[in-house]
Amino acid sequence: MTDLREGAITQILPLPQPNLDNQEFYEATRRGELRFQRCARCGTWRHYPRPACPECHSREYGWELSTGQGRVYSWTIVYGPTLPAFQDDVPYNVVDVLMEEGVHFQSQVLDCQPEEIREGMPVEAIFVPVDDDITLVKFRRNRDA
Amino acid sequence: MNELQDKAAITGIGQTPYSKGLGRSEYDMAVEAIFSACEDAGISPREIDGVVRYDMENVDEEQLLAVLGNPEIRYQASTSWGGGGAVSVLVHAALAISAGLAETVLVFRSRARGKKSVYGKDPKQGGRYWERTEAHLPGLNQWHVPHGLVTAFQEMAMITRRHMIEHGSNEDHFGAVAVTTREHACRNPQAVMRQPMTLEDHHASRMIADPLRLFDCNIETDGACALIVTSRERARDLKQVPALIHAGALAAGSHHIRLSTLFSRPRDQDSAVRVGRQLWQSSGLGPGDMDAFFCYDFFTSFVIIALEDYGFCKRGEGGPFAEAGGLSFDGGRLPTNTNGGQLSEAFIHGLNNSLEAVRQIRGTSTSQVPDCELVLSAGANTDPTGAVILRRDS
Repeated sequence: MTDLREGAITQILPLPQPNLDNQEFYEATRRGELRFQRCARCGTWRHYPRPACPECHSREYGWELSTGQGRVYSWTIVYGPTLPAFQDDVPYNVVDVLMEEGVHFQSQVLDCQPEEIREGMPVEAIFVPVDDDITLVKFRRNRDA
Repeated sequence: MNELQDKAAITGIGQTPYSKGLGRSEYDMAVEAIFSACEDAGISPREIDGVVRYDMENVDEEQLLAVLGNPEIRYQASTSWGGGGAVSVLVHAALAISAGLAETVLVFRSRARGKKSVYGKDPKQGGRYWERTEAHLPGLNQWHVPHGLVTAFQEMAMITRRHMIEHGSNEDHFGAVAVTTREHACRNPQAVMRQPMTLEDHHASRMIADPLRLFDCNIETDGACALIVTSRERARDLKQVPALIHAGALAAGSHHIRLSTLFSRPRDQDSAVRVGRQLWQSSGLGPGDMDAFFCYDFFTSFVIIALEDYGFCKRGEGGPFAEAGGLSFDGGRLPTNTNGGQLSEAFIHGLNNSLEAVRQIRGTSTSQVPDCELVLSAGANTDPTGAVILRRDS
Protein backbone atom coordinates (compact mmCIF):
# COMPACT_ATOMS: atom_id res chain seq x y z
CA MET A 1 0.00 0.00 0.00
CA THR A 2 1.23 3.50 -0.78
CA ASP A 3 2.68 5.38 2.15
CA LEU A 4 0.29 8.30 2.34
CA ARG A 5 1.83 9.75 5.47
CA GLU A 6 4.66 11.75 3.94
CA GLY A 7 2.43 13.54 1.47
CA ALA A 8 -0.18 14.26 4.11
CA ILE A 9 2.00 16.15 6.58
CA THR A 10 1.42 19.90 6.65
CA GLN A 11 4.71 21.44 5.53
CA ILE A 12 3.92 25.16 5.57
CA LEU A 13 3.28 27.43 8.53
CA PRO A 14 -0.44 27.20 9.29
CA LEU A 15 -2.01 30.65 9.55
CA PRO A 16 -5.26 32.04 10.90
CA GLN A 17 -8.19 32.26 8.51
CA PRO A 18 -10.03 35.40 9.67
CA ASN A 19 -13.81 35.08 9.81
CA LEU A 20 -16.82 37.28 10.55
CA ASP A 21 -16.33 36.88 14.30
CA ASN A 22 -12.69 37.91 14.46
CA GLN A 23 -11.62 39.85 11.34
CA GLU A 24 -11.37 43.11 13.33
CA PHE A 25 -8.65 41.52 15.44
CA TYR A 26 -6.51 40.86 12.38
CA GLU A 27 -7.28 44.25 10.81
CA ALA A 28 -5.95 45.82 14.02
CA THR A 29 -2.77 43.73 14.14
CA ARG A 30 -2.03 44.74 10.53
CA ARG A 31 -1.98 48.33 11.81
CA GLY A 32 0.28 47.34 14.71
CA GLU A 33 -2.51 47.46 17.28
CA LEU A 34 -3.58 44.77 19.72
CA ARG A 35 -7.31 45.09 20.26
CA PHE A 36 -9.62 42.87 22.27
CA GLN A 37 -13.38 42.86 22.51
CA ARG A 38 -14.75 44.73 25.52
CA CYS A 39 -18.36 44.66 26.66
CA ALA A 40 -20.08 48.02 26.12
CA ARG A 41 -22.39 47.45 29.08
CA CYS A 42 -20.28 45.98 31.89
CA GLY A 43 -16.78 46.67 30.62
CA THR A 44 -15.55 43.07 30.77
CA TRP A 45 -12.70 42.30 28.35
CA ARG A 46 -12.73 39.05 26.43
CA HIS A 47 -10.58 36.97 24.11
CA TYR A 48 -11.03 34.91 21.91
CA PRO A 49 -13.60 36.97 19.97
CA ARG A 50 -17.25 36.06 20.50
CA PRO A 51 -20.64 37.68 19.87
CA ALA A 52 -21.72 38.27 23.49
CA CYS A 53 -20.40 38.99 26.97
CA PRO A 54 -20.30 35.91 29.25
CA GLU A 55 -20.77 38.16 32.31
CA CYS A 56 -23.87 40.19 31.37
CA HIS A 57 -24.89 38.68 27.99
CA SER A 58 -24.82 42.04 26.26
CA ARG A 59 -24.19 41.77 22.55
CA GLU A 60 -22.88 45.34 22.42
CA TYR A 61 -19.12 45.61 22.41
CA GLY A 62 -16.16 47.49 21.04
CA TRP A 63 -12.71 46.49 19.86
CA GLU A 64 -10.58 48.35 22.41
CA LEU A 65 -6.87 48.93 22.46
CA SER A 66 -4.86 46.71 24.78
CA THR A 67 -1.82 48.12 26.59
CA GLY A 68 0.02 45.14 25.11
CA GLN A 69 1.48 44.49 28.55
CA GLY A 70 1.18 41.19 30.35
CA ARG A 71 2.93 38.59 32.44
CA VAL A 72 3.84 34.99 31.65
CA TYR A 73 1.21 32.75 33.22
CA SER A 74 2.43 29.40 31.92
CA TRP A 75 4.76 28.09 29.25
CA THR A 76 6.29 25.08 27.58
CA ILE A 77 9.57 24.55 25.80
CA VAL A 78 8.91 22.45 22.71
CA TYR A 79 11.60 19.92 21.80
CA GLY A 80 9.50 18.01 19.29
CA PRO A 81 8.01 16.22 17.59
CA THR A 82 6.26 19.22 16.10
CA LEU A 83 5.19 20.47 12.67
CA PRO A 84 7.91 20.86 10.00
CA ALA A 85 7.31 24.63 10.00
CA PHE A 86 8.64 24.83 13.56
CA GLN A 87 11.29 22.10 13.40
CA ASP A 88 14.21 24.48 12.79
CA ASP A 89 13.28 26.45 15.90
CA VAL A 90 13.41 23.67 18.50
CA PRO A 91 13.72 24.06 21.39
CA TYR A 92 11.29 26.98 21.25
CA ASN A 93 8.97 28.51 23.81
CA VAL A 94 5.23 28.92 23.75
CA VAL A 95 3.74 31.08 26.47
CA ASP A 96 0.35 31.84 27.93
CA VAL A 97 0.34 35.52 28.83
CA LEU A 98 -2.14 37.01 31.27
CA MET A 99 -2.68 40.46 29.79
CA GLU A 100 -3.25 43.56 31.92
CA GLU A 101 -6.85 43.51 30.73
CA GLY A 102 -7.33 40.12 32.37
CA VAL A 103 -7.49 37.98 29.23
CA HIS A 104 -5.16 35.11 28.36
CA PHE A 105 -3.22 35.16 25.10
CA GLN A 106 -1.00 32.43 23.69
CA SER A 107 2.10 33.27 21.69
CA GLN A 108 5.88 33.24 21.99
CA VAL A 109 8.51 35.42 23.66
CA LEU A 110 11.01 36.14 20.90
CA ASP A 111 13.96 37.56 22.87
CA CYS A 112 14.24 34.95 25.57
CA GLN A 113 16.26 31.76 26.03
CA PRO A 114 14.21 28.77 27.21
CA GLU A 115 15.86 28.68 30.63
CA GLU A 116 15.19 32.38 31.24
CA ILE A 117 11.41 32.19 31.19
CA ARG A 118 9.76 32.62 34.58
CA GLU A 119 6.23 32.70 35.83
CA GLY A 120 5.15 36.33 36.17
CA MET A 121 7.83 37.63 33.80
CA PRO A 122 6.70 40.97 32.30
CA VAL A 123 6.31 40.93 28.51
CA GLU A 124 4.93 43.29 25.88
CA ALA A 125 3.28 42.67 22.54
CA ILE A 126 5.14 43.15 19.26
CA PHE A 127 3.85 42.67 15.73
CA VAL A 128 5.28 40.29 13.17
CA PRO A 129 3.82 40.53 9.64
CA VAL A 130 3.69 37.14 7.93
CA ASP A 131 1.91 38.06 4.70
CA ASP A 132 -0.37 40.80 3.35
CA ASP A 133 -3.30 39.67 5.48
CA ILE A 134 -1.86 38.23 8.64
CA THR A 135 0.27 39.93 11.26
CA LEU A 136 0.92 37.72 14.28
CA VAL A 137 1.22 39.08 17.81
CA LYS A 138 4.41 37.96 19.57
CA PHE A 139 6.03 39.17 22.80
CA ARG A 140 9.34 40.54 24.02
CA ARG A 141 10.55 40.98 27.55
CA ASN A 142 9.67 44.24 29.24
CA ARG A 143 12.69 44.85 31.45
CA ASP A 144 11.31 48.16 32.72
CA ALA A 145 8.13 46.72 34.22
CA MET B 1 -30.67 9.52 44.11
CA ASN B 2 -29.52 8.86 40.62
CA GLU B 3 -32.24 7.62 38.24
CA LEU B 4 -29.84 5.38 36.38
CA GLN B 5 -28.51 3.71 39.54
CA ASP B 6 -27.90 0.00 39.00
CA LYS B 7 -30.32 -0.17 36.05
CA ALA B 8 -27.63 -1.18 33.54
CA ALA B 9 -24.60 -3.45 33.66
CA ILE B 10 -21.53 -4.04 31.57
CA THR B 11 -21.74 -7.66 30.64
CA GLY B 12 -19.27 -8.08 27.79
CA ILE B 13 -15.79 -6.79 27.00
CA GLY B 14 -13.68 -7.45 23.94
CA GLN B 15 -10.55 -6.20 22.25
CA THR B 16 -8.03 -6.77 19.50
CA PRO B 17 -4.38 -7.30 20.26
CA TYR B 18 -2.73 -3.95 21.02
CA SER B 19 0.35 -3.04 19.01
CA LYS B 20 2.43 -0.16 17.71
CA GLY B 21 1.37 -1.26 14.23
CA LEU B 22 -1.16 -3.93 13.27
CA GLY B 23 -1.45 -2.89 9.63
CA ARG B 24 -5.22 -3.25 9.79
CA SER B 25 -8.08 -0.87 9.13
CA GLU B 26 -10.00 0.70 12.00
CA TYR B 27 -13.15 -0.95 10.63
CA ASP B 28 -11.61 -4.41 10.75
CA MET B 29 -10.25 -3.90 14.27
CA ALA B 30 -13.60 -2.55 15.48
CA VAL B 31 -15.43 -5.62 14.20
CA GLU B 32 -13.03 -8.00 15.93
CA ALA B 33 -13.43 -6.16 19.25
CA ILE B 34 -17.23 -5.99 18.92
CA PHE B 35 -17.64 -9.68 18.09
CA SER B 36 -15.25 -10.54 20.90
CA ALA B 37 -17.31 -8.49 23.38
CA CYS B 38 -20.50 -10.23 22.22
CA GLU B 39 -18.89 -13.63 22.68
CA ASP B 40 -17.67 -12.61 26.11
CA ALA B 41 -21.22 -11.60 27.05
CA GLY B 42 -22.73 -14.69 25.47
CA ILE B 43 -24.94 -12.80 23.03
CA SER B 44 -25.26 -12.62 19.27
CA PRO B 45 -24.18 -9.39 17.53
CA ARG B 46 -27.74 -9.35 16.13
CA GLU B 47 -29.01 -8.55 19.62
CA ILE B 48 -27.30 -5.15 19.70
CA ASP B 49 -30.03 -2.50 19.48
CA GLY B 50 -28.09 0.56 20.62
CA VAL B 51 -24.72 2.08 19.75
CA VAL B 52 -22.76 4.78 21.53
CA ARG B 53 -19.50 5.87 19.99
CA TYR B 54 -17.09 8.79 20.15
CA ASP B 55 -17.88 11.45 17.56
CA MET B 56 -14.25 11.09 16.42
CA GLU B 57 -14.84 7.41 15.70
CA ASN B 58 -14.51 6.66 12.01
CA VAL B 59 -16.54 3.44 12.03
CA ASP B 60 -20.12 4.65 11.74
CA GLU B 61 -23.57 3.15 12.17
CA GLU B 62 -23.84 2.25 8.50
CA GLN B 63 -20.64 0.24 8.67
CA LEU B 64 -21.82 -1.43 11.87
CA LEU B 65 -25.19 -2.37 10.42
CA ALA B 66 -23.38 -3.88 7.45
CA VAL B 67 -21.68 -6.44 9.71
CA LEU B 68 -24.04 -6.84 12.67
CA GLY B 69 -26.79 -8.21 10.43
CA ASN B 70 -29.26 -6.38 12.61
CA PRO B 71 -31.82 -3.93 11.19
CA GLU B 72 -33.01 -3.01 14.68
CA ILE B 73 -30.58 -0.36 15.91
CA ARG B 74 -32.68 2.02 17.97
CA TYR B 75 -30.66 4.22 20.29
CA GLN B 76 -27.54 5.81 18.82
CA ALA B 77 -25.43 8.63 20.18
CA SER B 78 -21.88 9.90 20.17
CA THR B 79 -19.83 11.81 22.69
CA SER B 80 -17.83 14.86 21.83
CA TRP B 81 -14.28 16.09 22.40
CA GLY B 82 -12.27 12.91 22.26
CA GLY B 83 -10.87 11.65 25.53
CA GLY B 84 -13.32 13.68 27.58
CA GLY B 85 -16.06 11.43 26.25
CA ALA B 86 -14.16 8.22 26.99
CA VAL B 87 -16.46 7.29 29.86
CA SER B 88 -19.42 9.48 28.88
CA VAL B 89 -20.15 6.72 26.35
CA LEU B 90 -21.00 4.43 29.28
CA VAL B 91 -23.21 7.10 30.88
CA HIS B 92 -25.17 7.36 27.62
CA ALA B 93 -25.48 3.60 27.38
CA ALA B 94 -26.86 3.43 30.93
CA LEU B 95 -29.26 6.30 30.18
CA ALA B 96 -30.59 4.55 27.09
CA ILE B 97 -31.18 1.34 28.99
CA SER B 98 -32.70 2.94 32.07
CA ALA B 99 -35.07 4.94 29.82
CA GLY B 100 -36.07 1.86 27.85
CA LEU B 101 -34.71 3.21 24.59
CA ALA B 102 -32.51 0.18 24.07
CA GLU B 103 -31.80 -3.15 25.70
CA THR B 104 -28.32 -4.08 24.50
CA VAL B 105 -25.97 -1.20 23.83
CA LEU B 106 -22.60 -1.43 22.13
CA VAL B 107 -19.83 0.96 23.14
CA PHE B 108 -16.59 0.83 21.19
CA ARG B 109 -13.51 2.63 19.93
CA SER B 110 -11.08 1.67 17.19
CA ARG B 111 -7.85 3.49 16.54
CA ALA B 112 -4.94 3.23 14.15
CA ARG B 113 -2.53 5.68 15.68
CA GLY B 114 0.90 4.11 15.32
CA LYS B 115 3.52 5.92 13.21
CA LYS B 116 3.15 3.29 10.52
CA SER B 117 -0.58 2.78 10.84
CA VAL B 118 -2.82 2.52 7.85
CA TYR B 119 -4.23 5.85 6.69
CA GLY B 120 -7.97 5.95 6.30
CA LYS B 121 -10.78 8.03 4.94
CA ASP B 122 -10.59 10.59 7.67
CA PRO B 123 -7.70 12.88 8.57
CA LYS B 124 -7.83 11.57 12.12
CA GLN B 125 -7.20 7.97 11.06
CA GLY B 126 -3.66 6.76 11.04
CA GLY B 127 -0.53 8.30 12.44
CA ARG B 128 -0.57 11.66 14.09
CA TYR B 129 -3.62 13.83 13.52
CA TRP B 130 -1.76 17.08 14.27
CA GLU B 131 0.67 16.48 11.40
CA ARG B 132 -2.25 17.16 9.08
CA THR B 133 -3.21 20.54 10.48
CA GLU B 134 -5.07 22.71 7.99
CA ALA B 135 -2.90 25.38 6.36
CA HIS B 136 -5.65 27.95 6.95
CA LEU B 137 -7.12 27.79 10.41
CA PRO B 138 -10.73 28.97 10.67
CA GLY B 139 -11.33 27.51 14.16
CA LEU B 140 -10.01 28.16 17.61
CA ASN B 141 -6.69 26.52 16.84
CA GLN B 142 -5.82 29.71 14.92
CA TRP B 143 -5.00 31.25 18.31
CA HIS B 144 -2.20 28.83 19.15
CA VAL B 145 -1.09 26.66 16.21
CA PRO B 146 0.61 29.56 14.34
CA HIS B 147 2.77 30.05 17.44
CA GLY B 148 3.99 26.45 17.49
CA LEU B 149 1.48 25.11 20.01
CA VAL B 150 0.38 22.30 17.75
CA THR B 151 -0.24 19.13 19.71
CA ALA B 152 -2.06 17.87 22.77
CA PHE B 153 1.19 17.13 24.58
CA GLN B 154 2.36 20.72 24.10
CA GLU B 155 -0.94 22.07 25.39
CA MET B 156 -0.92 19.69 28.33
CA ALA B 157 2.61 20.78 29.14
CA MET B 158 1.27 24.30 29.68
CA ILE B 159 -1.41 23.02 32.08
CA THR B 160 1.11 20.78 33.81
CA ARG B 161 3.44 23.76 34.31
CA ARG B 162 0.64 25.68 35.95
CA HIS B 163 0.00 22.79 38.35
CA MET B 164 3.70 22.82 39.24
CA ILE B 165 3.54 26.57 39.92
CA GLU B 166 0.36 26.51 41.97
CA HIS B 167 0.53 23.14 43.66
CA GLY B 168 4.17 22.09 43.69
CA SER B 169 4.03 18.94 41.60
CA ASN B 170 7.42 17.90 40.22
CA GLU B 171 9.15 15.41 37.95
CA ASP B 172 9.60 12.88 40.75
CA HIS B 173 5.82 12.84 41.15
CA PHE B 174 5.31 12.44 37.40
CA GLY B 175 7.97 9.72 37.31
CA ALA B 176 6.25 7.82 40.11
CA VAL B 177 3.06 7.66 38.04
CA ALA B 178 5.00 6.39 35.01
CA VAL B 179 6.89 3.75 37.01
CA THR B 180 3.85 2.38 38.87
CA THR B 181 1.78 2.28 35.70
CA ARG B 182 4.60 0.40 33.94
CA GLU B 183 4.75 -2.08 36.82
CA HIS B 184 1.11 -2.84 36.12
CA ALA B 185 1.77 -3.19 32.39
CA CYS B 186 4.64 -5.61 33.03
CA ARG B 187 2.10 -7.98 34.58
CA ASN B 188 -0.35 -7.67 31.67
CA PRO B 189 0.45 -9.80 28.60
CA GLN B 190 -1.80 -7.53 26.47
CA ALA B 191 0.25 -4.42 27.27
CA VAL B 192 2.44 -2.97 24.55
CA MET B 193 5.14 -1.63 26.92
CA ARG B 194 6.40 -4.34 29.24
CA GLN B 195 10.05 -3.43 29.88
CA PRO B 196 10.51 -2.46 33.53
CA MET B 197 11.05 1.29 34.10
CA THR B 198 12.89 3.00 36.93
CA LEU B 199 12.59 6.58 38.10
CA GLU B 200 16.03 7.15 36.58
CA ASP B 201 14.77 5.81 33.24
CA HIS B 202 11.91 8.28 33.43
CA HIS B 203 14.17 11.22 34.20
CA ALA B 204 16.57 10.21 31.40
CA SER B 205 13.85 10.01 28.75
CA ARG B 206 14.01 12.84 26.26
CA MET B 207 12.12 16.06 26.78
CA ILE B 208 9.12 16.36 24.45
CA ALA B 209 7.47 19.56 25.65
CA ASP B 210 9.07 20.74 28.88
CA PRO B 211 8.02 19.79 31.57
CA LEU B 212 6.71 16.62 29.85
CA ARG B 213 9.21 13.90 28.93
CA LEU B 214 8.68 10.96 26.61
CA PHE B 215 7.77 8.68 29.53
CA ASP B 216 5.18 11.19 30.73
CA CYS B 217 3.22 10.70 27.50
CA ASN B 218 0.77 8.04 26.44
CA ILE B 219 1.96 5.59 23.82
CA GLU B 220 0.53 5.62 20.28
CA THR B 221 -0.94 2.30 19.25
CA ASP B 222 -3.30 0.37 17.01
CA GLY B 223 -6.20 -1.51 18.47
CA ALA B 224 -9.87 -1.53 19.29
CA CYS B 225 -12.00 -2.37 22.25
CA ALA B 226 -15.71 -2.76 22.90
CA LEU B 227 -18.17 -3.17 25.74
CA ILE B 228 -21.70 -4.56 25.84
CA VAL B 229 -24.10 -2.85 28.23
CA THR B 230 -27.50 -4.32 29.03
CA SER B 231 -30.18 -4.19 31.71
CA ARG B 232 -29.36 -5.54 35.16
CA GLU B 233 -32.04 -8.21 34.84
CA ARG B 234 -30.74 -9.44 31.52
CA ALA B 235 -27.13 -9.26 32.69
CA ARG B 236 -27.93 -11.62 35.54
CA ASP B 237 -28.99 -14.26 32.99
CA LEU B 238 -25.75 -13.92 31.03
CA LYS B 239 -22.48 -15.62 31.77
CA GLN B 240 -20.29 -12.89 33.28
CA VAL B 241 -20.36 -11.25 36.68
CA PRO B 242 -22.26 -8.01 35.91
CA ALA B 243 -20.47 -4.73 36.48
CA LEU B 244 -23.37 -2.49 37.45
CA ILE B 245 -23.29 1.12 36.40
CA HIS B 246 -24.04 2.42 39.88
CA ALA B 247 -23.73 6.13 39.10
CA GLY B 248 -22.86 8.30 36.16
CA ALA B 249 -22.40 12.00 35.53
CA LEU B 250 -21.39 14.42 32.80
CA ALA B 251 -20.08 17.98 32.80
CA ALA B 252 -18.77 20.50 30.32
CA GLY B 253 -16.77 23.58 31.08
CA SER B 254 -13.16 23.29 30.08
CA HIS B 255 -11.10 21.72 27.44
CA HIS B 256 -7.65 21.55 26.19
CA ILE B 257 -7.95 23.32 22.82
CA ARG B 258 -9.23 26.50 24.40
CA LEU B 259 -6.34 27.09 26.73
CA SER B 260 -7.56 30.58 27.40
CA THR B 261 -10.89 29.23 28.57
CA LEU B 262 -9.21 26.71 30.83
CA PHE B 263 -6.95 29.23 32.50
CA SER B 264 -9.70 31.81 32.94
CA ARG B 265 -11.87 29.45 34.98
CA PRO B 266 -11.01 28.40 38.53
CA ARG B 267 -9.67 24.87 38.67
CA ASP B 268 -12.32 23.91 41.22
CA GLN B 269 -15.08 24.63 38.71
CA ASP B 270 -13.50 22.43 36.10
CA SER B 271 -15.67 19.80 34.48
CA ALA B 272 -14.03 16.79 36.15
CA VAL B 273 -14.42 18.41 39.56
CA ARG B 274 -18.13 18.87 38.94
CA VAL B 275 -18.52 15.31 37.63
CA GLY B 276 -16.92 14.07 40.84
CA ARG B 277 -19.23 16.12 43.04
CA GLN B 278 -22.30 14.86 41.17
CA LEU B 279 -21.17 11.25 41.48
CA TRP B 280 -20.55 11.44 45.21
CA GLN B 281 -23.77 13.34 45.87
CA SER B 282 -25.97 11.07 43.77
CA SER B 283 -24.50 7.82 45.06
CA GLY B 284 -23.98 8.64 48.70
CA LEU B 285 -20.51 7.21 48.30
CA GLY B 286 -17.20 8.98 48.67
CA PRO B 287 -13.66 8.68 47.36
CA GLY B 288 -12.74 6.50 50.34
CA ASP B 289 -15.26 3.86 49.22
CA MET B 290 -13.50 3.20 45.91
CA ASP B 291 -11.38 0.06 45.64
CA ALA B 292 -9.67 1.18 42.42
CA PHE B 293 -9.51 4.13 40.04
CA PHE B 294 -9.32 4.30 36.25
CA CYS B 295 -8.54 7.65 34.76
CA TYR B 296 -7.51 9.13 31.46
CA ASP B 297 -3.74 8.88 31.77
CA PHE B 298 -2.71 10.62 28.56
CA PHE B 299 0.04 12.28 30.59
CA THR B 300 1.42 11.39 34.01
CA SER B 301 0.62 14.83 35.41
CA PHE B 302 -3.04 14.35 34.55
CA VAL B 303 -3.27 11.28 36.75
CA ILE B 304 -2.18 13.53 39.61
CA ILE B 305 -4.71 16.19 38.60
CA ALA B 306 -7.44 13.53 38.31
CA LEU B 307 -6.71 12.27 41.83
CA GLU B 308 -7.29 15.83 43.02
CA ASP B 309 -10.26 16.59 40.77
CA TYR B 310 -12.20 13.54 42.00
CA GLY B 311 -11.40 14.22 45.65
CA PHE B 312 -9.02 11.33 46.33
CA CYS B 313 -6.40 13.89 47.34
CA LYS B 314 -6.39 17.56 48.20
CA ARG B 315 -4.82 20.00 45.74
CA GLY B 316 -1.09 19.50 45.74
CA GLU B 317 -1.27 16.11 47.43
CA GLY B 318 -1.76 13.98 44.33
CA GLY B 319 1.93 13.97 43.50
CA PRO B 320 3.12 12.94 46.97
CA PHE B 321 0.34 10.30 46.99
CA ALA B 322 1.74 8.77 43.79
CA GLU B 323 5.30 9.05 45.06
CA ALA B 324 4.35 7.13 48.22
CA GLY B 325 3.10 4.21 46.10
CA GLY B 326 -0.58 5.05 46.44
CA LEU B 327 -1.41 3.99 42.87
CA SER B 328 0.02 0.47 43.05
CA PHE B 329 -2.23 -2.59 42.86
CA ASP B 330 0.13 -4.13 45.39
CA GLY B 331 -0.84 -2.42 48.62
CA GLY B 332 -1.43 1.11 47.33
CA ARG B 333 -4.30 3.03 48.88
CA LEU B 334 -5.92 3.55 45.47
CA PRO B 335 -4.81 1.07 42.80
CA THR B 336 -5.00 3.05 39.56
CA ASN B 337 -4.94 1.94 35.92
CA THR B 338 -3.97 -1.60 36.85
CA ASN B 339 -3.80 -2.60 33.17
CA GLY B 340 -0.87 -0.27 32.55
CA GLY B 341 -3.16 2.46 31.32
CA GLN B 342 -2.62 4.53 28.24
CA LEU B 343 0.93 5.20 29.34
CA SER B 344 1.94 1.55 28.92
CA GLU B 345 -0.91 -0.80 27.89
CA ALA B 346 -2.41 0.93 24.84
CA PHE B 347 -3.98 4.21 23.80
CA ILE B 348 -7.50 3.31 22.72
CA HIS B 349 -8.76 6.79 23.58
CA GLY B 350 -9.35 5.80 27.19
CA LEU B 351 -11.74 2.93 26.56
CA ASN B 352 -9.13 0.26 27.37
CA ASN B 353 -9.04 1.58 30.94
CA SER B 354 -12.79 1.00 31.30
CA LEU B 355 -12.30 -2.60 30.15
CA GLU B 356 -9.83 -2.97 32.99
CA ALA B 357 -12.34 -1.45 35.42
CA VAL B 358 -14.73 -4.25 34.43
CA ARG B 359 -12.00 -6.88 34.89
CA GLN B 360 -11.36 -5.62 38.42
CA ILE B 361 -15.07 -5.93 39.21
CA ARG B 362 -15.08 -9.46 37.79
CA GLY B 363 -11.88 -10.41 39.59
CA THR B 364 -9.96 -11.21 36.41
CA SER B 365 -7.27 -8.51 36.23
CA THR B 366 -3.64 -9.53 35.93
CA SER B 367 -3.07 -7.08 38.80
CA GLN B 368 -6.19 -7.93 40.73
CA VAL B 369 -7.19 -5.85 43.73
CA PRO B 370 -8.56 -8.16 46.47
CA ASP B 371 -12.31 -7.90 47.09
CA CYS B 372 -12.74 -5.22 44.48
CA GLU B 373 -16.40 -4.17 44.58
CA LEU B 374 -16.53 -0.46 43.71
CA VAL B 375 -14.42 1.41 41.15
CA LEU B 376 -14.46 4.82 39.52
CA SER B 377 -13.75 5.17 35.81
CA ALA B 378 -13.30 8.71 34.49
CA GLY B 379 -12.75 10.41 31.13
CA ALA B 380 -10.10 13.00 30.37
CA ASN B 381 -10.11 15.75 32.97
CA THR B 382 -9.51 18.62 30.60
CA ASP B 383 -12.43 18.26 28.21
CA PRO B 384 -16.18 18.13 28.69
CA THR B 385 -16.08 14.86 30.52
CA GLY B 386 -17.95 12.08 32.29
CA ALA B 387 -17.39 9.27 34.75
CA VAL B 388 -19.09 6.21 36.19
CA ILE B 389 -18.98 4.26 39.42
CA LEU B 390 -19.09 0.53 38.72
CA ARG B 391 -20.28 -1.91 41.37
CA ARG B 392 -20.14 -5.69 41.52
CA ASP B 393 -23.66 -7.11 41.45
CA SER B 394 -24.35 -8.89 44.70
